[in-house]
Amino acid sequence: MIKPIYGLMAEFDNPTGLVNAARAAREKGYRKLDAFSPFPIEELTDALHLHHNKLPLIVLCGGILGGLTGFLMQYYVTVIYFPINIGGRPLDSWPSYIIITFELTILFGAISAVLGLLALCGLPMPYHPSFNVPRFALASRNRFFLCIEAEDPLFDHDQTIAFLETLAPREVSEVAH
Amino acid sequence: MADEPQVIEPTAPRSIIAPGYTFGTVTDQIATVVLTGRTPVFWMACFSVGLGLLFLFLYAVALLMAKGVGIWGIRTPVMWGFAITNFVWWIGIGHAGTLISAILLLLNQRWRNSINRFAEAMTLFAVACAGMFPLLHLGRPWLFYWLFPYPNTMGVQPNFRSPLVWDVFAVSTYATVSLLFWYVGLMPDLATLRDRTTSRIARFTYGIMAMGWRGSAKHWSIYETASLLLAGLATPLVLSVHTVVSFDFTIAIVPGWHSTFFPPYFVAGAIYSGFAMVLALAIPLRSVYGLQGLITDKHLDNSAKVMLATGLIVAYSYILETFTAWYSGNVYEGAAIWNRMTGPYAGVYWLLITCNIILPQALWFKRIRSNPVLLFIWSIIVLVGMWLERFVIIVSSLAQDFLPSSWSVFVPTRWDWATYFGTIGLFLFLFFAFIRLLPMISIFEVRTLLPQAQVKEEVRG
Repeated sequence: MIKPIYGLMAEFDNPTGLVNAARAAREKGYRKLDAFSPFPIEELTDALHLHHNKLPLIVLCGGILGGLTGFLMQYYVTVIYFPINIGGRPLDSWPSYIIITFELTILFGAISAVLGLLALCGLPMPYHPSFNVPRFALASRNRFFLCIEAEDPLFDHDQTIAFLETLAPREVSEVAH
Repeated sequence: MADEPQVIEPTAPRSIIAPGYTFGTVTDQIATVVLTGRTPVFWMACFSVGLGLLFLFLYAVALLMAKGVGIWGIRTPVMWGFAITNFVWWIGIGHAGTLISAILLLLNQRWRNSINRFAEAMTLFAVACAGMFPLLHLGRPWLFYWLFPYPNTMGVQPNFRSPLVWDVFAVSTYATVSLLFWYVGLMPDLATLRDRTTSRIARFTYGIMAMGWRGSAKHWSIYETASLLLAGLATPLVLSVHTVVSFDFTIAIVPGWHSTFFPPYFVAGAIYSGFAMVLALAIPLRSVYGLQGLITDKHLDNSAKVMLATGLIVAYSYILETFTAWYSGNVYEGAAIWNRMTGPYAGVYWLLITCNIILPQALWFKRIRSNPVLLFIWSIIVLVGMWLERFVIIVSSLAQDFLPSSWSVFVPTRWDWATYFGTIGLFLFLFFAFIRLLPMISIFEVRTLLPQAQVKEEVRG
């Protein structure tokens, strides 16, 4: 019995190789795959059909929540909790609330952008099987990797290796769990 | 451009990064500054100066805590003195970092990629220095949390109609968002350092800070969205922060402060001084660390042009300020400006006009813009000029407001100067610690500038 593996990883020299390989793997029918590169590649996002994510919605909700918090907090404090006559202004002097409402909109929006980024990426994740591939350290320097995960219905150890070899990689390696 | 008709390829991408770099060499050149065991003498010198001044700062603060704000020269009617001058100056310096990282990102100005990291760090540390002054100026800084609305046994709340409370929210939001933006930008580079280092402690530390970043395409696509959203949020924020700072003045009825053009005037001045600081940091750093291939003459030229443009807006504001004082027919406004030009602070006023308006006109000449040494000197001139501007606006207006019987001249004490130079020490200390511990240039963004980063599309049927 062979020990089950996480997947198979092919290494490429340049972004073009990786994008072509990712596209070929998609066309072949593989769906459980991921690519790794030292910088964002627009074409790779296209090739893997990754364009939609929920982050803008999260940030919108965060921003609206921040704006409401800012305005309602000031309204509550100045009108209900601590009403005080300053220069004869009305208690509900909403124009002077605008600045803090704006600031809290930005603050909550930015915090939800960062927390949303981490949540959607599943980070922090100190351990990931990819790190078991010795050459994977170069993914943050100058190498490009394509990983087909063993969970993919089409995954077959020998056939997938054979397929990856047709993509002209530098090297194909197994990713241990 | 007209005399070079033969140029077919656009030259811009080539001039923002020297030819011949590969993904590996840019990574190694930037990462080595951090990962090497050898520290340049220049770094030692700057860090020592920073540390020395930081101790001066701590001493001045300890004395302030013990004796109160009376050790400064602030006396009625000039109760803001150096503290608010330095606050406005420092927070203005921070603005260039956010402008570079957010506004130039949205405008797709790719030359920003190699200067945004240290400019953002500059923002963060400048805001930290700025924040010291209002806190220390409180008199009892340990009660700073009274500035925030929280349920308390005193049964009182901040006055949300006051621009000083707006400032608390604006500056703390600015500091938080700058930190988040900077950290998000650092994550992929921390992963690079984690993978490059040979030291176990460094690998562990950078590994924890990188949060397990592995450059996955799924992550990159969300990451790019997050960067754009953060830039979109930071853009109105950076314009609003100095606007809110200027409200501290404009909402008051003091002559020389009560003007509607203060917000754009302050924002332009902030970017002016901020780019001066970017140049003052970039020029020595790139020559000490041999980064001329990444921070090229093009970057210095562009920054100098931004300085020139914002300097002209500032010059226009000075003229407008004088004109409005005359045109309004308001005797106090007129007297305030006249006192600035001829009164006890006339020397400072004309020095600021020289530093901020007259001398920077030299930046029209390419010979000045292409000479790093001269550009460094010019950036220091602008930094001094902008500090003098803050000083003149705050001190001269307060010193001579309405009734001559209440006028008084502000004289800074040695502790005013010690606190001011102390924060310069704090800034240098933090900045050079950053240079040594984190990559000062965004490695992954520089990789995208390389011609190899372009995907060559194959012909598909």
